[in-house]
Amino acid sequence: MPSKQRWDEVGLTENEYRMIIDILGREPNDLELNLYGVMWSEHCGYKHSRAMLKMFPTSGPRILQGPGENAGIVDIGDGLAVCMKVESHNHPSALEPYQGAATGMGGIIRDIFTMGSRPVALLDSLKFGPLDNPRSRYLMDGVVSGIAGYGNCIGIPTVAGEVGFDPCYTGNPLVNAMCVGLIRHDEIQRGAAAGVGNSVMIVGHTTGRDGMGGASFASVEITAESEERRSAVQVGDPFMEKLLLEACLELFKTGCVVGIQDMGAAGIISSTCETAARAGTGIELDVALVPKRETGMTPTEVMISESQERMLVIVEKGREQEVYDIFDKWGLHAVVIGHVTDDGMLRVLDNGVKVGEVPAKSLAEAPVYRPSYEKPAYIDELAAFNPLALPLPDDMNDVLLKLLASPDICSKRWVYRQYDYMVRTDTAVPPGSDAAVVRIKGTHKAIALTIDSNGRYSYLDPYKGGAIAVAEAARNIVCSGALPIAITDCLNFGTPEKPDIYWQFRESILGMAEACRALNTPVISGNVSFYNETDRGAIYPTPTVGMAGVMEDVKHITTQAFKKDGDAIVLLGETKEELGASQFLNIIYGMQKGKVPDINLEKESSVQKAALKAIQEGIISSAHDCSDGGLAIALAESCISGGKGAYVNLKFDIRTDALLFGESQSRILISLKPEYLDKLFVICESFGVPCQVIGTVCGDRLNVDVNGNKVVQLPIEEMKDKWEGTIPAYMNGR
Amino acid sequence: MRFGVIVFPGSNCDSDCYHALRDVMGQDVRYVWHKESDISDVDCIVLPGGFSYGDYLRCGAIARFSPVMQSVQDFAERGKPIIGICNGFQILTEAGLLPGALIRNRGLKFICQPQYIRVEHNRSMFTNMCQDGQVLNVPIAHGEGNYVADEATLERLEANGQVIFRYCDAQGECTNEANPNGSMDNIAGIVNEAGNVLGMMPHPERVCDPILGGTDGRLIFGSIVEWVERRIANAK
Repeated sequence: MPSKQRWDEVGLTENEYRMIIDILGREPNDLELNLYGVMWSEHCGYKHSRAMLKMFPTSGPRILQGPGENAGIVDIGDGLAVCMKVESHNHPSALEPYQGAATGMGGIIRDIFTMGSRPVALLDSLKFGPLDNPRSRYLMDGVVSGIAGYGNCIGIPTVAGEVGFDPCYTGNPLVNAMCVGLIRHDEIQRGAAAGVGNSVMIVGHTTGRDGMGGASFASVEITAESEERRSAVQVGDPFMEKLLLEACLELFKTGCVVGIQDMGAAGIISSTCETAARAGTGIELDVALVPKRETGMTPTEVMISESQERMLVIVEKGREQEVYDIFDKWGLHAVVIGHVTDDGMLRVLDNGVKVGEVPAKSLAEAPVYRPSYEKPAYIDELAAFNPLALPLPDDMNDVLLKLLASPDICSKRWVYRQYDYMVRTDTAVPPGSDAAVVRIKGTHKAIALTIDSNGRYSYLDPYKGGAIAVAEAARNIVCSGALPIAITDCLNFGTPEKPDIYWQFRESILGMAEACRALNTPVISGNVSFYNETDRGAIYPTPTVGMAGVMEDVKHITTQAFKKDGDAIVLLGETKEELGASQFLNIIYGMQKGKVPDINLEKESSVQKAALKAIQEGIISSAHDCSDGGLAIALAESCISGGKGAYVNLKFDIRTDALLFGESQSRILISLKPEYLDKLFVICESFGVPCQVIGTVCGDRLNVDVNGNKVVQLPIEEMKDKWEGTIPAYMNGR
Repeated sequence: MRFGVIVFPGSNCDSDCYHALRDVMGQDVRYVWHKESDISDVDCIVLPGGFSYGDYLRCGAIARFSPVMQSVQDFAERGKPIIGICNGFQILTEAGLLPGALIRNRGLKFICQPQYIRVEHNRSMFTNMCQDGQVLNVPIAHGEGNYVADEATLERLEANGQVIFRYCDAQGECTNEANPNGSMDNIAGIVNEAGNVLGMMPHPERVCDPILGGTDGRLIFGSIVEWVERRIANAK
């Protein structure tokens, strides 16, 4: 047997090395071993997640393309469809925040236009350590600039997102980027290398040594030595990608493209073996033909380079000139590097000399593992904590202001104002409401988009946390006036070989899957990011849910802002005495424990249906999801964004802090003209949804009485100052 | 009349301008690829926003060498209207068609937000549908919109009435707080001495369709239409 180093150096196990020998009937040479090393990395091979991902519902009448392609596609009627995917770029962003985040955007945008779809919106979910840590500020500043630098330049609006903070993300920030495109059903492209003899072309940018082994790097924990692997981070060129985007969309119109695949992680190797595996064919290519940006690159380096802004295109034999013409117009490379074969092999030549040959399918199908899992001891321990044993705070004004000023809840304007969220002139609802709304020119339709996660809930109860992430995303979509239709997910977890981590992963998926089924939002694409660990431990399990909704008519657009004095304020859903796992406990007491709020998906579905029906009947002035910080925060946000006050009179027999700040699920805060109340009651009754008039939009203060006692009395201006001041104070004050 | 929207590699507000002019304003409009040289069929040239050539080197510094720019130069000399928006403004200053330069925003960050601007006067082909001192809401989205020029140039701009738009607050006051990027004298848009070449950082094409939150951009494009049509009528 060879020395242990051989498989170690490419990040494989001895057993996996033996599997390769079985496949090949011989020992792999260095190039071949490297190909397996990258393709069987967790990042490319989904070794530890593939079995569990099967638990997700992935089909439905609207689903035109489920997981397995570059991105998923869901029908929105009239021959139109939405193409979307979310992906992580956590590890690169931890080392080099600007380029890490920028190339994250570049990669996810390519996934969308590879499908033939015009990208129309970007979203992002970002998690950092606390802002009083200079490293967290450095990372946030770099990541936000990187997203802005790429998205603004390429001209795709960043329309929505979320930013959260927790010590668990200090050394391992999360950067989850989502791209959404529009496409007509007859324009869908697929990533299959079909048709023996067809030409295999590389188009776009040149190939260099940047991003070597990025996929393997993303498949290990972040350690002190990670800094030395900075060269594994790619460098983005949004201008090049803008040209590539326009050239590809123009190319598809010619009909000469048989298959196309983005060169993301693992570059040429992943794109060739995946397209060949999908079509059941083989590919022969010559690395000497690949346009390079530096000299002396070995065949292995060319194969695994992760240089950005490149695409693999399979073109009908004899129609290469059409590709040359279009790419020449845009000033881009387009070169034939090989052809499709019928023997199922990926054959790598260097100047005509064979340097490696392996079955394409074997690269694309990494071994599947079902790691053992075990419920960690902390779960029951932390759930046993009873927050009702804490004393009742005596100044609710003070509590409300503290919550509004907390980094998780406060305004993220500092972030989104750096993103061009208006370019393309389709952003009907910009960042700052429950979901962004992007209208579709030439139709009455619009799509609503949101991205959500809650690491704290998922840490305390991953099953409920996963279900709530889906439910909350759907609630946001409904509040904007759209029907939720599908999700894309980014599963951020620690090291899957650890039984407690795998238990979190498993529970999260089961919870999400149940919610997806209940709310009729299948999973159409996604990404798994494991090994989000540093020497200080794993991040909270953080499943991120990106969701799309469809709105048949833009007249249904609804925002969270209170609109008109005299409107009645109504709370849909049930408020329970639930303070566990809340932002209230987190911010006021520094406690992350207690029972995660219950989620009854049947009730959730009813509340959403009732709210959407009311919106579609045109009787609703504003709608806002009650989530982080509970009813009081939802009221404050509706007041601040509308510049309108409210008088609210609550009569409940639960503790005041739980009433104001508890995070009971399945609740929506709405406002409407008083004369529409009767219509609303009828709708709510038909869906069996509790519905309570709690106040009136009026004045310039938020006044809340609870059982006759004045507990909140705050001017809108004061709340707004607190809510808007936090992030600028941290980020501009340096 | 017909508008021509120039498409440089990296332009990304080209289709927004095209849509606003054709579908919202009901005007005839065509794209002009940056390698074209014959633009005699159009009556107004639009240099749209975006990141021409990636804004590498300097914003607009490479685009000014595009083949079409020679024709744009001639177009300007013949007194025909040219409107450069955002990156288009940057290209016009790089090409020497407008004085001054646009440098990094005061806060060093890209800024995208709704923005009030004040119409300095309506004696321009770009503002004849506005009132003197009227406050428009026209959003900005740029990283390098900080207008600078030497003192003599600034004096000349003021004396000739070449400052067309200034950043202001909702009441029309041009305060320092209302200045998003540090531009000298709150300058948001200027014209050349002849008055037919306008450069402005705010994006009028983003506020033509009411679903996007405003229609003030129509006043600017509408003014151009009004001026060109009157000229065509007079010529007959």
